[in-house]
Amino acid sequence: MANEEEKKLPPEPPPARSAEDASTAEIVAYIDPVSPATRESAPPVSEPVPQAEPLEEPVLVRAAYEHPLPIRITHWVNAVSVFVMVTSGLRIFRAFPTFGPKIPEKVLLDIPKALTLGGWLGGALQWHFTFMWFFAASGVLYLAYQISSGHYRTVLFTTKDISGVWPMARHYFLFGPKPPVSGQYNPLQKLAYTSTIGFGVLSLLTGLVLYKPAQFSALAWLLGGFHLTRIWHFAAMCGFLAFIPGHLIMVVLHGWSNFFSMLSGWKREPEYQE
Amino acid sequence: MIEKMEDQELRRKSRRQLLKLAPVAALGVFAFSRLSDPLVAAGVRFSDWASSALFRSQHLAPTFSMSDVVPFSAFPYNGYDVTDPGVDLEKWTLTVEGDVQHPGEYKLSQIQALSKISQNTRHICVEGWDVIGAFGGTRISDFLNLVGANTSARFLEVECADDYYESIDMASVLHPQSLLCYEMYGQPLDRGHGAPLRLQMPTKLGYKQAKYLETIRVTSVLKPGKTGYWEDQGYSWFGGL
Repeated sequence: MANEEEKKLPPEPPPARSAEDASTAEIVAYIDPVSPATRESAPPVSEPVPQAEPLEEPVLVRAAYEHPLPIRITHWVNAVSVFVMVTSGLRIFRAFPTFGPKIPEKVLLDIPKALTLGGWLGGALQWHFTFMWFFAASGVLYLAYQISSGHYRTVLFTTKDISGVWPMARHYFLFGPKPPVSGQYNPLQKLAYTSTIGFGVLSLLTGLVLYKPAQFSALAWLLGGFHLTRIWHFAAMCGFLAFIPGHLIMVVLHGWSNFFSMLSGWKREPEYQE
Repeated sequence: MIEKMEDQELRRKSRRQLLKLAPVAALGVFAFSRLSDPLVAAGVRFSDWASSALFRSQHLAPTFSMSDVVPFSAFPYNGYDVTDPGVDLEKWTLTVEGDVQHPGEYKLSQIQALSKISQNTRHICVEGWDVIGAFGGTRISDFLNLVGANTSARFLEVECADDYYESIDMASVLHPQSLLCYEMYGQPLDRGHGAPLRLQMPTKLGYKQAKYLETIRVTSVLKPGKTGYWEDQGYSWFGGL
């Protein structure tokens, strides 16, 4: 894509300009070195001279600054943190892999060791107790930035998005027609992102109770007690696990430009219009 | 917000923004175990520091009615090694050492002579299981008072008949629910649960609540690499709830 556009440029392109001062008039007025006058005086050749396309359209790329720096930082810190928290968390769960009583203990779920991090309970707890800070910090910074900047409006699922969920789901899962896309995120994306942020908040609050059930006894009570909180904590992880594969598949389907925008902030040729 | 710009301009802007994100790549150090091992150990120390700062010395852990207590048979016997180190209960004494005015050997009857606390609290294991049990004993703070301990010292070290050992921060030791426990379910502590005396602290994880106590020591200095049986292998030292 980028290379094609470069080829269209004349041999000596004008110096780089910022989007603000690169007006259409300037670019159209730029004189093509291979002007029609030059070509007329040249001797006729048997092979047709490649015609330089007239620069009717300015050679500009559409781009959107989709992800401000705080969002990109918190996204990647959070991505690493969730990976560590889930894999070490599964290792911790292996130590008592049930939600029932200790006596008699019935294994609910045998997590393969290969999916876990930390090697043993103590090692996994070290990872968990280290990355909980990265997880919490990225979450708090993310929410603070989203709320203070107003950027949350692009991602927050609200009642007016409800009607758009089904057409989008039908498009993705049942090969239905693609509904018109307006903003940065479609209603299904908003639902996925908003609920995942909810899972993050839930995992943090339940984690706080599991870590300090005596200090946060009131919060423990609100969540239904220590025992139930352990289930909520696991459920929040399941929420993440439900989100991540779909998220990754979508990233792959939408290609490099979309993925790269979470690294550089800028998305080249966004699929939406406004 | 869609802008239009020349390709080069977009590339330049993208590159600049990409560079700003680059420091996040520092998290990659965790991919190397030689670096991650000390880093996650430091992470636990930081968490312990935060836990200690968060600890409210007078805030009580939840207590429960007898109907919430699990049957005695459902309260696990949990030890790192043996469930009965063969303590001679007749000759047993508690050795008190360190920064105390009256060091020496104390009989169980001397401990039981102090005011008795009965509490139904939740015992939480680092593995994730929990049981609500019924415990009886004397406040550690009362006993420390009896032996004239310097409670501005930082730690209480304990050594056990099964070679288990622990050390606990003084704020948690002095907590009103921290007991020298000699009873469970109204009966003398049985051998599996740490007879004749164990720590019982609802503000600590199970592994901090050492059983088969033999020696307690008031000190402000811990021996490096000898702070607790599991802690020396990587568990959180504070282990607070």
